Amino acid sequence: MSADAVPGRYVSRLAVDPVSQRSVITSEWLKLTTLKSSWITMAVGVGSLALLGGVIGFFTNRAWDQTRPARQAAFEPVAASLGGVRFAELAIGVLGVLFVTGEYGTGMIRSSLTAVPRRLPVVWAKALVFGVTTLVLTEIASFVGFFIGQAALGTHSVALSSDGALRAVIGTGLYLTVVAVIGVALGFIIRSTAGGIAALVGILLVLPGVFLILPQSWQDDLGPYLPSTAGSAVYDLRPAPGSLDPWPGFTVFCLYAIVGLVAAAFVLNRRDA
Amino acid sequence: MIQARGLSKKYGEKTAVDHLEFTVRPGIVTGFLGPNGAGKSTTMRMILGLDRPTEGSVTVDGKAYADLPAPLHEVGALLEARSVHTGRSAYNHLRVLAATHGIADSRVHEVIELVGLGDVARRRAGAFSLGMGQRLGIAATLLGDPGTLILDEPVNGLDPDGILWIRNLLKGLAGEGRTVFVSSHLMSEMSLTAEHLIVIGKGRLIADLPIAEMIGSASRASVLVRSPDAARLRELLAGPDVTVTSRQAGELEVVGMTAPQIGDIAAADGIAIHELTPHRASLEEAFMELTNDSIEFHGGTTVGAHDEAARGVA
Ligand SMILES: Nc1ncnc2c1ncn2[C@@H]1O[C@H](COP(=O)(O)OP(=O)(O)OP(=O)(O)O)[C@@H](O)[C@H]1O
Ligand SMILES: [Mg+2]
Repeated sequence: MSADAVPGRYVSRLAVDPVSQRSVITSEWLKLTTLKSSWITMAVGVGSLALLGGVIGFFTNRAWDQTRPARQAAFEPVAASLGGVRFAELAIGVLGVLFVTGEYGTGMIRSSLTAVPRRLPVVWAKALVFGVTTLVLTEIASFVGFFIGQAALGTHSVALSSDGALRAVIGTGLYLTVVAVIGVALGFIIRSTAGGIAALVGILLVLPGVFLILPQSWQDDLGPYLPSTAGSAVYDLRPAPGSLDPWPGFTVFCLYAIVGLVAAAFVLNRRDA
Repeated sequence: MIQARGLSKKYGEKTAVDHLEFTVRPGIVTGFLGPNGAGKSTTMRMILGLDRPTEGSVTVDGKAYADLPAPLHEVGALLEARSVHTGRSAYNHLRVLAATHGIADSRVHEVIELVGLGDVARRRAGAFSLGMGQRLGIAATLLGDPGTLILDEPVNGLDPDGILWIRNLLKGLAGEGRTVFVSSHLMSEMSLTAEHLIVIGKGRLIADLPIAEMIGSASRASVLVRSPDAARLRELLAGPDVTVTSRQAGELEVVGMTAPQIGDIAAADGIAIHELTPHRASLEEAFMELTNDSIEFHGGTTVGAHDEAARGVA
């Protein structure tokens, strides 16, 4: 690769491949799996999704006779078994942010960008590696959560073949995968861990609440398009009136993630590291 | 080979690097010297494509760094600021970098042994001492077996053993025909390692010369003479190319004449000499002389009103 024609100039005999999107993906996979914090945070997210449904089911079942009829009528067994999604969302979103801001905080980003000076492959690789990892793990956890939850619900349970159940279970994993990508994008845009997590919580959890103080017409027109509101349509079997349909809602949520990722690529390319 | 042409960097209003022109050649260690804040680290970050030049360009072997297909194979860099994730082991840190270039695990082990981190390679890099961290940085630099090495203050935080190790390593690497570009703000260190010097101050190029020339050009040789009969000797020494100053009674500082010449003159007139010490300006002094006008941060020697005035000037 070096100009070997020049006499006296050093010529390396080390076998090296040019940097490619594939090799950067391998590198990002190693980065994700060689940090203890990744394993812990992922375990918290996946574990809560898989197990919280069982806990909710168990207590719902035990307290059923003391539950008011109105609440009994509103009870939705699929959502109960997937109740861990709120917790999983936080853990996975935070891990997505941390996957990037951890590099800025420690200075690792300078090593990463010296190895991959075209920079953008790093954005795509991080989103892909963390997105796919999240998809696989949360789909498994979502099914586990559903079955454990339904088992714990006993006579109040439903089957996976019941209306919308399969969509909700698969949709939960899909929703969390998009959250993962949004976390990565926010990490690149904001670069600090505290700021990134604040932005993530603000966008996913606080924004829908803030909207409640806006004029009713705004709430009706824009409310359904808020990221987490649109995204949750894919797994919510008792949607609020005016909500987007499951797949259009999920598509809107995906668009947010894509816009975020493009913004991340744009700022990474422009800024000094 | 590193080539900078009109290389400039501004951070807002502040000019950190100002139209630098230089070429760093292979086969020798080139020292990059300048006082604190001169712009050395900024220049090096621009070579590596981490900071974007405001104006001008810099290339490695004729290409912008970002256009190198396998950058770690062409350029190895040790930055001033730490650039390792503290939660990862040294071994895994190097594996992560190796993966981007498809570099084999055997090479990772090789560089770990080379820098002497074999026993601690599985420990978290965050628990490393300054010196161990520096060695890990060197390992990363050598990972791709690059033809060009860029090191920002590599001896920072190293003990004398470590400094000697780096010095020999760099000379060895240059001896193999590699381009070695090392920054420092210590002239004395550079005089032991580098063959060529690029000196900058306030972002501007001050000197670009072989180190031997630097020593010759800036050293103002003088001779210190102590004699009970200094006043008479002073008259005898007077001449067109000779300046004699006296800081205290019985002591002369002579520029423009060698110690033997002075001794002969004194002997001829029977003047007693108690001391005759030739004094060459050290490299450190030569460097200070060179960069005196371009020091960013002058330290005050006294505290108080005087300091305020100094700050006003800077
Ligand atoms: N990211 C930045 N933002 C603003 N100013 C900067 C930045 N980086 C460097 N500077 C300024 O640019 C100038 C050059 O800094 P630089 O770190 O390149 O100097 P240096 O020669 O490496 O100094 P030292 O010997 O202390 O390491 C300094 O005045 C510094 O304050
Ligand atoms: Mg510096």
